[in-house]
Amino acid sequence: MTVDVVVVGAGIVGAACARALARRGLAVTVLDRRGAASGTTAHGEGNLLVSDKEPGPELVLAQHAARRWPSLVAELEDELGSDRHGFPPLEYDPKGGLVAATTAAGAQPLRDFAARQRGAGVDAREIDVAHALELEPALNPALTAAVWYPEDAQVQPVAAAEALLASARRAGATVRPGVEVVGALRDGERLVGVRTSDGDIPAAAVVLAAGPWSGVVAARLGVGLPVRPRRGMVLVTTRMPHVVRHKVYDGDYVGATQSGDAALQTSSVVESTAAGTVLIGSSREQVGFDDRLRVAVLREMAARAVRLFPFLADASVMRTYLGFRPYVPDHLPIVGPDPRTPGLWVATGHEGAGIGLGPVSGELLADLFTGAEPATDPAPFRVDRPAVLDAALDEPHPSESTPSENTPSENTGEAS
Amino acid sequence: MSATSQGAGPRPLTITLDGRPFAGTEGQTIAGMLLAARRRSWRTTSVESAPRGVFCGIGVCFDCLVTVNGSRDVRACLRRAADGDVVETQHDPLPGVTS
Amino acid sequence: MSRRTVVVVGAGPAGLSAARAAARAGADVTLLDASDQVGGQFWRHRALPGGGTAPDEPTFHHGWGTFTALRDVVATHPRVTLLTSAQVWALERLDAGVRLRVLVGPADGAGREHLTLTPDALVLATGAHDRTLPFPGWQLPGVTTAGAAQALAKAERVAVGDRVVVAGAGPFLLPVASSLLRTGARVLSVHEAATPASMARGWGARPAGLLGAAHKAGELGGYVGTLARHRVAYRLGEAVVAARGDGRVEEVTVARVDARWSPVPGTERTVAADAVCVSHGFTPRLELAVAAACAISPDRFVVVDDEQRTSAAGVWAAGELTGIGGAEAALAEGWVAGHHAASGAPDDAGLARAARRRARSADFARRLDAAHGIRGGWTSWLRDDTLVCRCEEVDAGTLRAAACATGSADLRSVRLTSRAGLGPCQARICGRTVAELVGATEPAPGGDTGSAPAVPDRRPLVVPVRLGDLATLPDVPAADAP
Ligand SMILES: Cc1cc2nc3c(=O)[nH]c(=O)nc-3n(C[C@H](O)[C@H](O)[C@H](O)COP(=O)(O)OP(=O)(O)OC[C@H]3O[C@@H](n4cnc5c(N)ncnc54)[C@H](O)[C@@H]3O)c2cc1C
Ligand SMILES: Cc1cc2nc3c(=O)[nH]c(=O)nc-3n(C[C@H](O)[C@H](O)[C@H](O)COP(=O)(O)OP(=O)(O)OC[C@H]3O[C@@H](n4cnc5c(N)ncnc54)[C@H](O)[C@@H]3O)c2cc1C
Ligand code: FES
Repeated sequence: MTVDVVVVGAGIVGAACARALARRGLAVTVLDRRGAASGTTAHGEGNLLVSDKEPGPELVLAQHAARRWPSLVAELEDELGSDRHGFPPLEYDPKGGLVAATTAAGAQPLRDFAARQRGAGVDAREIDVAHALELEPALNPALTAAVWYPEDAQVQPVAAAEALLASARRAGATVRPGVEVVGALRDGERLVGVRTSDGDIPAAAVVLAAGPWSGVVAARLGVGLPVRPRRGMVLVTTRMPHVVRHKVYDGDYVGATQSGDAALQTSSVVESTAAGTVLIGSSREQVGFDDRLRVAVLREMAARAVRLFPFLADASVMRTYLGFRPYVPDHLPIVGPDPRTPGLWVATGHEGAGIGLGPVSGELLADLFTGAEPATDPAPFRVDRPAVLDAALDEPHPSESTPSENTPSENTGEAS
Repeated sequence: MSATSQGAGPRPLTITLDGRPFAGTEGQTIAGMLLAARRRSWRTTSVESAPRGVFCGIGVCFDCLVTVNGSRDVRACLRRAADGDVVETQHDPLPGVTS
Repeated sequence: MSRRTVVVVGAGPAGLSAARAAARAGADVTLLDASDQVGGQFWRHRALPGGGTAPDEPTFHHGWGTFTALRDVVATHPRVTLLTSAQVWALERLDAGVRLRVLVGPADGAGREHLTLTPDALVLATGAHDRTLPFPGWQLPGVTTAGAAQALAKAERVAVGDRVVVAGAGPFLLPVASSLLRTGARVLSVHEAATPASMARGWGARPAGLLGAAHKAGELGGYVGTLARHRVAYRLGEAVVAARGDGRVEEVTVARVDARWSPVPGTERTVAADAVCVSHGFTPRLELAVAAACAISPDRFVVVDDEQRTSAAGVWAAGELTGIGGAEAALAEGWVAGHHAASGAPDDAGLARAARRRARSADFARRLDAAHGIRGGWTSWLRDDTLVCRCEEVDAGTLRAAACATGSADLRSVRLTSRAGLGPCQARICGRTVAELVGATEPAPGGDTGSAPAVPDRRPLVVPVRLGDLATLPDVPAADAP
């Protein structure tokens, strides 16, 4: 049996691709070496942000995503039901985000950043300390600058990915957990399916959406793709009185997102979840797929969070987990056909924003796939942009890559 | 519930739970003191607002959490009572879910 | 040259014995326990000022003399540093060896003292806790594990209730009933889910065969005698299948169960009680072993070799962590582990004696499982509204609905969409039950297969830590960083 499209990876990006393609009438099969939504999607947070993005293509995509999320949630809840014994709630909450600078040096860069974002159409409101404390009464009053971003929202990533998959199944897609892609089926240059741990699957097209493992899978398919892991750790407190009302970040979050520095970076993102726990994220470390606990990283995160919210010093952290963000050297996602290999499509590299950008990326890919008019400009995300092709030359040759080095992490706890 | 005497015996102490005094002796845990006074539950759960007290008795289940002298999430079955401890029951309602 | 350093985590029978053997073999030993007393679960005792012993203490214990001797050794040995109220809250794997993060001070206290240890060898002896299967009403105050009743009786002389029903599976129910009687409770009855036939399979043809199990004989015989004197019925093939009450347990339903532990319709009867103590076995405290990347067996014990060595370099394990064998086995295993962790001589006479004692207990775990191992039929006493996850108050219906709606048998996904297992106990109480109910495959956490789903015993934070304490952690030497 031949399918139209095989999607490799059932994270939020693969799920979104599968839904969008299946709803356009294509016969889709989604493969994941493990369970659905068990990779990075289950090991991050669910911030849907415009506030952390510089003006540029990623911000444009994020703004499109911010507009799309409410209608998407409504569609999914409509389709799947959301009562107590129906589909688990997606916990979509357009609660808004507050970015606070805590140092004198951090104040002006934050204001400048917000001004640039306003120029790009972001609702970024500079507010004074009194206003910030009105929004977040428990915030450390020793702030140097604060910006309010009403467009920021959050969602439960695993529920969202599972909902996209459930919707894809309703549109005829097949989801096969526990099936690992190990190689390519080729007809000359053309990719005509995948070899898997459960036999060959011929397909007219293959969508590579394997998150931080996309580079490894690409190598197995015989192409170079510079997608690398950037580790992040998160802390989760026990349930507490509902004190943190919005998403609150220290201004450093902005700087950390843009940098390619391998050294440990932390910045605080503090948010309450629907369960009453508080999530504190996150670190950015370039340590490959090393999944060992590093307490020193937790310390940095804790110190920043306590500086933002002094009352958190008494909060008990009951869990920590870590994940690997899929990133590309130029820090932009890759979405579209791979002109080097007919039949291969790519949707990955969303780094720390894949939950927010996943759904619109899936729709963008489906637009390109079916020749529809794309809702946003796809050019900045194309596979054959210089930053990708250039770095791809430095990727290990396909035959050098050892799959075992890069197995999905076992040492990671669970989100929220 | 019989106290054992030996020599001078353990010193008596008093703690309060939500302002109500409870008497016991040095060496008892907070849960032990409350149970000895026939108090069976203290925490109130978040979803069903149901009462909870001791379940596992050895610090594994976290059902018996109390606030002690302003510090949250103390396992009453593990923490030895100290004279004058101000113990408060915990109830952390769920925040409203919008979706 | 500095002596070999051995850290032993857990000062129960296994850890005490390991510390003693390691010191005897010449190592510098640090023995840590989260509790402010030594003895573990088996020798949990009243805490008296100045470390005195209550006059009735020995009547609550077996081998009290062994305990006091071990306690005195670890308290006075020049090469043993004993640290109580010392909670190991994390273990980091370094390029060579491990680093333990410890908080020293009152349980869950804020501002406890930080301690960091990087020993040459580590002995894990963290023991086990009760496993209790859910039943309708088990969240009511007054329903406790059997271990809770035992701990409160031994350590505080407090009975969990006045009219108590004891139920579950395993010989442990007997000492629990006996301790309850000793603290003045009325034990109404003891209900053992194992049927007479499976009891016979595990322990021999006659029910009394239970008493034939090596070293356990005298101990268990004593309990049976106590129950008989107090006219407490010990009923096989029965289970508590529901508890009811307004804000606390007032009555329980007891039913006969078949060989698969399914309740037999029509056999239910109601018993008025103000406490129910229920345990269906023990499950090991695996956090540190998993953090050290020790291999874990499919039945979720730490895998050890003849020398009690785990698969992780420099890490040994002993006691309930490696199999449910009782305190005698724990003592023997601890000896072997401590001796080898200290690089003791292979021809040591004490080692040989310990190894022989360990061999005598080897059969116990297998018999225990044959007789009392959990059988799948118990799920038929669940209702849709029976809580499965106590912390997050997720019931069986919601759990099954989440698994069904998402079409997922992946434990991680089911947990994140239903919230079962995400509470403060971090699935210690509900984890295995949730996995069984959603039919998820539950891999051994140490086993590295690329397609393994969730890892229930992976808890990088062994206990909750206050954010303020994390924020003020002292530096470790940079050279030490992983
Ligand atoms: C700490 C942290 C915090 C984050 N916070 C946020 C946030 O707040 N907001 C946000 O938008 N994003 C956030 N992210 C980023 C976000 O989680 C990711 O961008 C997103 O989950 C990527 O999704 P994905 O589908 O591309 O990858 P994944 O979810 O990793 O899915 C890839 C799938 O491919 C499968 N796979 C791999 N190899 C194979 C193979 N050979 N065959 C078959 N299947 C295979 C894997 O099993 C996996 O399930 C965070 C990430 C981290 C680590
Ligand atoms: C509540 C309870 C009561 C029991 N009572 C009896 C009984 O009366 N009779 C009987 O035959 N069996 C009893 N058992 C069974 C008992 O587990 C074994 O008989 C025996 O105690 C096992 O010895 P051990 O040394 O392996 O573990 P344990 O005795 O359990 O000792 C483990 C020790 O490790 C410490 N520890 C664990 N994790 C950490 C950490 N991260 N940091 C620091 N310290 C840590 C614990 O505080 C504990 O003291 C009981 C079990 C439980 C759970
Ligand atoms: S009982 Fe489920 S997390 Fe505690």
